[in-house]
Amino acid sequence: MSDLTTVVDWSRLQFAITAIYHWLFVPLTLGLSVMVAIMESIYLKTKSEKWLHATKFWMRLFGINFAIGVATGIILEFEFGTNWSNYSWFVGDIFGAPLAIEGILAFFMESTFVAVMFFGWNKVGPRFHLASTWLTSIGASISALWILVANAWMQYPVGMEFDPEQMRNVMDNFWALFSGIAVNKFLHAVLSGWALSGVFVIGVSCWFLWKKRNVEFAIRSIKVGAWFGLIGMLLTMYTGDGSAVEVTKHQPMKLAAMEGLYHGHQGQSLAAVAVLNPDKEWNNDEDEYLFDISLPYGLSILGRHNPHAFIPGITDIINGVDLNAEGDTINTVSYAERIAMGKKAQEALRLYGEAREAGDSTAMASSLETLKDNYRFFGYGYFNSVDEAIPPVGLTFVMFRVMVVLGSYFLLFFIVVLFLVYRTTLLQRKTWLQWIAMVSVPFMWVCSEAGWAVAEVGRQPWTVQDLLPTIASVSAVPASSVIVTFWLFALIFTVLLIAEVSIMCRQISKESKKALD
Amino acid sequence: MFYYNGFREMTVGKTLWVIILIKLFIFFVVMKLFFFPDFLSTNFENDEDRAEHVRHELTSR
Repeated sequence: MSDLTTVVDWSRLQFAITAIYHWLFVPLTLGLSVMVAIMESIYLKTKSEKWLHATKFWMRLFGINFAIGVATGIILEFEFGTNWSNYSWFVGDIFGAPLAIEGILAFFMESTFVAVMFFGWNKVGPRFHLASTWLTSIGASISALWILVANAWMQYPVGMEFDPEQMRNVMDNFWALFSGIAVNKFLHAVLSGWALSGVFVIGVSCWFLWKKRNVEFAIRSIKVGAWFGLIGMLLTMYTGDGSAVEVTKHQPMKLAAMEGLYHGHQGQSLAAVAVLNPDKEWNNDEDEYLFDISLPYGLSILGRHNPHAFIPGITDIINGVDLNAEGDTINTVSYAERIAMGKKAQEALRLYGEAREAGDSTAMASSLETLKDNYRFFGYGYFNSVDEAIPPVGLTFVMFRVMVVLGSYFLLFFIVVLFLVYRTTLLQRKTWLQWIAMVSVPFMWVCSEAGWAVAEVGRQPWTVQDLLPTIASVSAVPASSVIVTFWLFALIFTVLLIAEVSIMCRQISKESKKALD
Repeated sequence: MFYYNGFREMTVGKTLWVIILIKLFIFFVVMKLFFFPDFLSTNFENDEDRAEHVRHELTSR
């Protein structure tokens, strides 16, 4: 394995582990902050002490998560500067602007109002306190907006023009950053945090029921958690559907990888249960699945909201074949052509640099024209074969199903919990039901992380879709330094995670002995 | 004042603040300084040199 490949792999692994750990904290912050604000609003309206107790209890757990999770995301920005310097330079202010706005907002809005929220109970009026709680929650979501806008731009780069002088993309339309991909991604991620927090609140409350402590408080919390989680999950599914349509439009290779689909059809089915054939390649005649149970028309409905629409598979995309809404074959640009265009663009960029150094303005203009004509497939020029442009199909396929299966389970979970708490006393009486709720909690995190795995593994090998692959994005740093920092992070984040879980458990146990009803 | 009084009156939260401070020290002092220097800022003096380096990187891989 060459040193460059090692740097790419370890840098990717390092970025993945940092992002995975960071995302353990973020969705709970996003969801629990809203739930706490709702509880405080009810308290202010009813003046009931029991809602004050509930607000303060869940606010303390929010505080633990916030304290342990804060600044874990900054590590990702360190990694951009050290391991991904080519990428950081290339994306220029397009990526930098949203992140800078996020930094300022996160710092000023969250840190200001978090202080009032935690320390201001007896120092400010109840309305001002409630406003601070809501603004903390809104601030967290706005922070997420900018991060997800930046992420969405990497998946669908728009609103910029490449400047060969500066060697970076320059933003020419700020509002283009709020593409369909960005909007769906933001809503999908934030709302999934609501569902996750709903499961968390129900799980913790069921521990109270199991211990037979503060039963009334637990039931009250379960009702809020289940309604909030159900709304969050339904909206997550709705925005997930929107994301699927956007992915079909702008990242068809990702959709094909999610399905393990090589040869698409009109009225394409969706594999509900399937085992991928490990021998399947884009250019052989092996079957796609060893075994499958598929939903007829499923993928066409999911991707194009039309049961008869054509969904291209990996082989179709590589060969540049697609069908329009009328079913007529249309030729898109094949991957072989894209590679040729990418190489032409890169050569033009090199010649532009040479002409600039020589002061040859005619050659500069000619190179610039060639570069512009071929720039949309610039990144394909790094590949020597089309195989290098295919994402890891197996992992994307499995993660998509983990996300969907667990997401469906949690939809059912919220409905059943709501039925149990409103119509029966089974949840208070049956220990096994309480245990199901408690054991379900970590699976919600698995579901959430699986969603990110689909989004990020499915877009490989790109850091910026069609323009820059990972192989060209990494810095010229020694692999050994990336490996050392990888293990350093793995250690630090594991310690933080253990700290969070143990402090959280200790706090829950301690609080459960107080009178919260 | 919120922070000052808040810190003084905290009980359980003190552990959290110790974790936050240690974490920030490790992140911003140890890691940023010793393990995560900004590659282009450290190795090149001005934006023109940085752009040339990236041009070379992107056209020679």
